[in-house]
Formats: sequence, C-alpha cells, structure tokens
Amino acid sequence: MYYFTAAFFNSKLRCVANLTILKQINRVDNLISLRSVSTQKRTCPLLSVQPVRGLLDEKFQIAVTNLPPNQKVTLHSLHQSDDKDFWEAFGHYVSDEHGSVTGFKDESLGGTYDGTEPMGLLWSMRPIPGSRHGLRIRKRDIFRPMEVRISVYNGHLSQGFSHQAPLATSVTERWYVAPGVKRVNIREKEIRGTLFLPPGSGPYPGVLDLWGGGGGLVEYRSALLASHGFASMALEYLAPEDLSLEDTDASYFEKAYQILNNHPMVKKDHLAVLGLSLGSAITLNMVSYSKVIKPQCCVCISGSHLMPVEKSLSELFELMKNHEDKLCVNEDNQVIYRNLILSLPCQSGKVDVGRIKCPLLLVNGDDDQNFPAVESAEDMAMMMDKAGNRHLLEILTYPDTGHLIEPPYSPHFRATKYKLQWTKERIVMLWGGQTKPHAYAQEDAWKKILAFLWQHLSAP
Amino acid sequence: MLTEVGTCPLLSVQPSRAQVDEKVQIVVMNLLPNQKVTLHSLHQSEDKDFWEAFGHYISDEYGTVTVAKDESLGGTYEGTEQMGLLWSMRPIPGSRPGLRLRKMNILTPIVIHISVYGGHLSQGFSQQTPLATSVTERWYVAPGVQRVNIRENGVRGTLFLPPGPGLYPGVLDLWGGGGGLVEYRSGLLASHGFASMALEYLGPEDLRTADVDVSYFEKAYQILQNHPKVQRDRMAMLGLSFGSAVTLSMAAYSKVIKPQCCVCISGSHVFPVDKSLFEVFEGMKKYIGRVQVNEENQVIHRNIILPIPSDPALKVDVGRIKCPLLLVNAGDDQNWASVESAEDMEMMMEKAGNRDLLTVLTYPGAGHLIEPPYSPHFRASNFILQGVKEKIVMLWGGQTKPHAYAQEDSWEKILAFLRKHLYFSSNFAVKAKL
Repeated sequence: MYYFTAAFFNSKLRCVANLTILKQINRVDNLISLRSVSTQKRTCPLLSVQPVRGLLDEKFQIAVTNLPPNQKVTLHSLHQSDDKDFWEAFGHYVSDEHGSVTGFKDESLGGTYDGTEPMGLLWSMRPIPGSRHGLRIRKRDIFRPMEVRISVYNGHLSQGFSHQAPLATSVTERWYVAPGVKRVNIREKEIRGTLFLPPGSGPYPGVLDLWGGGGGLVEYRSALLASHGFASMALEYLAPEDLSLEDTDASYFEKAYQILNNHPMVKKDHLAVLGLSLGSAITLNMVSYSKVIKPQCCVCISGSHLMPVEKSLSELFELMKNHEDKLCVNEDNQVIYRNLILSLPCQSGKVDVGRIKCPLLLVNGDDDQNFPAVESAEDMAMMMDKAGNRHLLEILTYPDTGHLIEPPYSPHFRATKYKLQWTKERIVMLWGGQTKPHAYAQEDAWKKILAFLWQHLSAP
Repeated sequence: MLTEVGTCPLLSVQPSRAQVDEKVQIVVMNLLPNQKVTLHSLHQSEDKDFWEAFGHYISDEYGTVTVAKDESLGGTYEGTEQMGLLWSMRPIPGSRPGLRLRKMNILTPIVIHISVYGGHLSQGFSQQTPLATSVTERWYVAPGVQRVNIRENGVRGTLFLPPGPGLYPGVLDLWGGGGGLVEYRSGLLASHGFASMALEYLGPEDLRTADVDVSYFEKAYQILQNHPKVQRDRMAMLGLSFGSAVTLSMAAYSKVIKPQCCVCISGSHVFPVDKSLFEVFEGMKKYIGRVQVNEENQVIHRNIILPIPSDPALKVDVGRIKCPLLLVNAGDDQNWASVESAEDMEMMMEKAGNRDLLTVLTYPGAGHLIEPPYSPHFRASNFILQGVKEKIVMLWGGQTKPHAYAQEDSWEKILAFLRKHLYFSSNFAVKAKL
C-alpha cells in the first residue's frame, strides 16, 4: 500500500483515451476543491504500452496517467532470457501537472538511460545485480516472443525492485517473427540452415544471412527479415557436429546460395548476401571471387577484407592460431581481437574488392574492438577507387559503436563470454561501444539496411 | 498497365499483432503509379466460415496506397476508412445464412489475411494470386492478463485480471438473452486495467432459469468484490440487452449490489428482474403477440415493450438509482425499444431528482448489437429463443457504416466513463467534499 502525503488533485480531471496512437488529453472540466489529504488508499495509476505486442524493430509508446502531479516515479523493465538470467532497465521520471508520464516526450532524469528515449527501457537493459558475468541475450526459440514486464514504481529507485510492489504493471511481447511467416528446415546434402518465408504465395527476394565466428545456427535476424518481405536463409557453417572445418570452403557457401536461388518461393536472381563479422569477411570473399554467387547487392556489418577465407575455414583458423601472439588483453582480461586481424599478411590475404560488381553496403562501428572494420573500409574504398568500382560502395560508420550491431532495441554488450573456434578456449571478448550511441546505431543501421535491400531487390 | 513481371509491392500492416480495439495502419508501396488495386481481408471463424471485406483503391503518383488517408472507391466500404477492412467484413458468397462472428476462445488471436490484388475485383479472390499478403493478429487479451474460472456457490463465470499486483476496479459483465459464457469483452476490459468478470446466467443445462434470481446476481457481485485483487469500493456493472435489464434492476433494488457506476448497452428498464428469470420470461410471454416478423422472416422483437407501460410494476424504478448511469443506444435497434425506454427513464429520473446521474448516447443508424470496435455488423442473425428453444432469425437493425462508428465511439466513451468513476474519481480520498 502506498501513502501519499502530497497534495491531491486540485481539479477534476476527465481523461479521454484515444486507443490508436496514444494521446492522453487531460481536460480540466469542472473545478472541485479538495482538501489536501493524506490517504491510506493509493491512486490507481494507469500504465499503457502500445502496441503491447510488437515486432522487435517496432517502437512502442509507454504512458502513465492518473498519478499525482509532479510525482517522482521510476519506469522499469524486466526480462528473463532463454538462459534464465534476468535483465532490467529503468528510468527516473517526474509526472507533469496532469499526473502523466509519456515515454516518447518526457525526459528520464537518470537510471540506465537518460534524456528523451522512448525505447530506452529496452536497449539499455543489462543483467540484474548479482548475475553471472559476460552475458549476452540471444533468442533461440523465435516463435515465442520476448516477454518484458514494464512497471511503474513510486519514487526514484535504482535497486531493490523485487522488494517493492509496483504501482502498475504491463506485460509486453516483442516478436522476432510476424504472423504468417513460415519456417523451413534446410538439410540438403551437407548444407544446414533455416529458411524463413514471408506469408503469401511469393516469390520473394532472397537473402543469405551469415553470422560470425560464434557459430551455430542463429535464426532471429532471418525471421525478422522474412517479416519484412524477404525469403531469408540463416546458414549454419561453423560448429555443427557433423560439419568439419576442412569441408567448409567456398563450395559450401556456393551450394547454400544455389539452394536459396533455386527455391520455388524465391525470385531467381533477386538475391542479397548479408553478413556480420566473420560472415562479412566470407561475403566479401564470395562476391569478389565466386562464379556462382552473384547477388544483386551485399551488406557487410562489422566486417573486414583482411581475412583470407577463400580456402577452407580450417586454413583460416590455422592462420589465426599462428598469429595469436598479436592478441591483446586489457586490464579486465577482455580479449581485443582487432590487432590480430591487422597483423595478418596483407598482400597475400586481402580480398580483391576491385572485382566486386554489385552494390555493397558496409555498416561499421568506430569503437569496434573485435574487427578493424573502419580501417578495412577505408582501405576497401581506396582499392575500389583504383579499380573503378568505388560508386558501388556505401559506408556507414557509427561513432562509439561496437562490433555487435544487432537489430534495433537489443541491449548493448560491451564484452561477453566467447568460445574461440580454433582453440575452443573460453574467453571474454571485448566488442566495444557505449550503450546509447550503440543503440542509435542499431536503430539507424537496420532502417538503412532494409531500405538498401528493398531498393536493390525490388526492381523487376 | 500491370505486367506479369511486375514490381514487388510491399504491403505493411502495423502493428502486425494488435489488440481488438487498436487501429492498424495498412500501407502498400512500390506499386505502379495510378494503379488500380483491391485491398482484401479474409478471416476464417471458429465455426469455419469465411468472412471477407474489400476496398477499391488507386495508387498515388509514388505507387503508394495508404488506407488511413486514401479513399476506397467501392467494395464493402467506401471513403477514407482506416479500419474498413475489418468492420465491413461479411460472409463470403455461398456461406450459410444468418451468421454472426463471435470469438469464444480468446486465448488465441483472430487471424486475418490482408492482401492486395491487381485491378478492382469484387469476387473470385480465391482464384487470383494476390500481389502481396500480410497476416495480422487481433487479440482480445493483452499479455499477462490472467483468466480465472469462477465456479463458486452455484455462480458460473470467468474472471479476467490485469497483470501486476493489483488492486483493480471490478466490472461485472453481463451479456444478453443469447446466453452462454461470453468472455471477450471481459478479456478486453482486463487489458484496460479492470478486473472483469463475465457472468453466465442463461443457457447452461445445470443452471435453470427458475434458480437464477436476484440472489444469483448478488452472489456473483460479491464473489467479484471479495476477490483479493479487486478494490471493493470501485465496482461497476456493464450489461448489454437483457443484461442491461438485470443491471438496472440490481442498481435500483439490491441492497448488496451498490456499484460506483453502471453502463447499459441497448437495454430497457421494462420487465424488471426482481424475481427469477423463469418468472420474468413468463411475464414477457403475455406480450408475445406484439413481436412481428418481416418479409424475410426475421423477428422484430422491439415492440414487445411498446408502448412503454405506465404501470410502475412493469418497469424498474430508476428513480432509486444512486450511481452514475451511462446508456448506450442504437437509433435503429430492432430488438429492444431502447431509445424509447431511455426517454422514459429520463422522465422518471427527472421526477425523482436523480436525472444528473444519467448520460444517454444514441447512435443513429446503429443496430442492437453494439460490440467492441471494428467487429463486423450483423443486421440479422440466427438466434435461439430462450423460452421456447426455437431457432429463428433475429433482426438487430442498423446499417454497417453508422454501426461501425457507433461501436468505435461508444467503446471509447464506455472506457472513459469507467475510468472516470473507477480510476480517476476522487470520491475515495475524501469523505466529504468541501
């Protein structure tokens, strides 16, 4: 129970709720004088989150009404990950003279984010105090939504949320996949992946979706792309038990590309390749050298052309192992990987990007501690200038942004636990970036990636 | 000229998962400029019938159609109607007659396929390939809303609780003579912060009308009021059709049921529910001769209470009501003479001195079944008459477009009314106003 000693309402408020876009308009209708009272009965604040079920990249509007005016409150978000860890974010607000707090207009005065940040309760999430170290959120079961509890607490709290009863709570769902999107297992010869198809009869432009050195089969970005009208195939090329690194060479990716291009629901030769990290390096390699992989465009996030991946991955990792002495470790024992790549023999290893014939979008963070993405991009621009295909290149560089540029509103991870592929050693990898600029980069980059893909894949 | 190797139109429906009373933005992009297209919606009900709606549009010079801004030139709706693809839905050609769309399992969403077709089509949608399709979900319950079965003391219902620790204002939710346990409105109310209990009082085999009397409703009200998550002194009753008669009767006569406010949709104060339902229905049977049937064999029930009797024994004494009362009525209600009843109630309350408690909303062109927003309109549908178990076609009235407007506007006003008296009212903080 809450005790309000502050002055209660001075006027009778009539609240008209517009249920579409949330516009809470409080009109002072009649004036009824009330004594200032100290009451045992708490007011019932109304908390609304709209839409309450959103796609991961959709914004929501949070509004609290029926608070006393000028009341200090804390907006709090809580999520339990697939790994059972708890993540939270919070912002300190003061209600206006009508007793309202509106997330997209009002400023957070402190917490895990500050300023006017409508989505701050999502992107500034971090593990609750006492959690295990080096955590990262990655959704595995993408047909179930990410559930986030949004609550409003009395006062400006920074801890102990579980010991307080909130004034109001709402549960919101964040979905990786739109209704009607179909999931197709790809197990053709040794190629392993998952194809996500938009609803309807198609055919659709296709995207081959490559994650990085962490390996495994990561589906969520492809599911989100399918929710935007692309037939997107997440490819597994590292770490599955029956796929040896020796066999993962150019022909593996070519076969995967062909499976996608030949699929009856995919518009032939309306394909893109999208990669992140090692996936970008592979993308640059394939699109420069392969006679089979000829996409309409490519997107490389946090990548580099300095890694020779045209032979099998096992040879690449052998090369990495041999240069391990170039790995730096900071005072927090976090591994900084970028210098290792910079130390690789340039002349033999660099991808000849002058050979690229399709539009190429590079998305980089300038605080990328894992790949020298910005330096690589500068070098690629020079090479393409010399070769005469510079007009195909577009570079987006985001300040204070780290390596893991994920879909919008995902939390930022400056460093997380990681298993090195070639030694199976468990380390803590430093990705880089500061939370707020990194969140901005994720939101902006995603919009631009979708627009780029649509621009180049929707032509007849 | 639309070519076979056309552009890839991009259809977006946002949000893709919405609450039933939330608007959606439907936009088609990347069409040819000034292209004729048809926007189409398709839904398969729980009864397996197909419902559809469609609108004819022309893309602008950028090849874009924005439903919220552009005009439909024809179809099941016309003009600028952002939600027309939902509220103008009707059974596809060849369907069984007299259908009504009601979601009984509200833990799953309503799934609607929105498609865009080339050209201006009015039929044969299943034989054409759409240019693009999107699937959208509409939910009656927000995430975190809890559903609680109520089987206590002979009372049967379902309680929906908003997420969080509570306490919440309570709403006792009564449907009409169709009977059964209808949950969707309560699910929606819980999604708006009310602990809402849908009450079953007609129809189940083991609940005889002879056993349902004032004490049944009083027990139900108390079960809700006593629930640990419900605020005892913030209660409302909401009724539609016969449920309104119950609400008015309880508010006027019960010593137990004392809500902070009441909402009566398409109701009447004639035939008070101050005895068992069996006796009430027996009383109504005397006037059955007034019920008419039109040329389409549809039953027009409204005259059963006309003219409004002057005998006070036949009417709820609304002069005794002590809480704010909102009446929501349809100008073309063919089932109950709710507009005439409201006029009579207003006179009675004027005489009794409690007229200031009354608010009347009358929607011209709307029919009896004023449901949550964007539900399709049913001018007449199959119905089983309670007393005689006879299957008939009941005429509800109304025209589609004004009825859709009534549903959207009244829901907003009902929620505002409930919030005003159950959330925002300062009556709880002070015992006496200065």
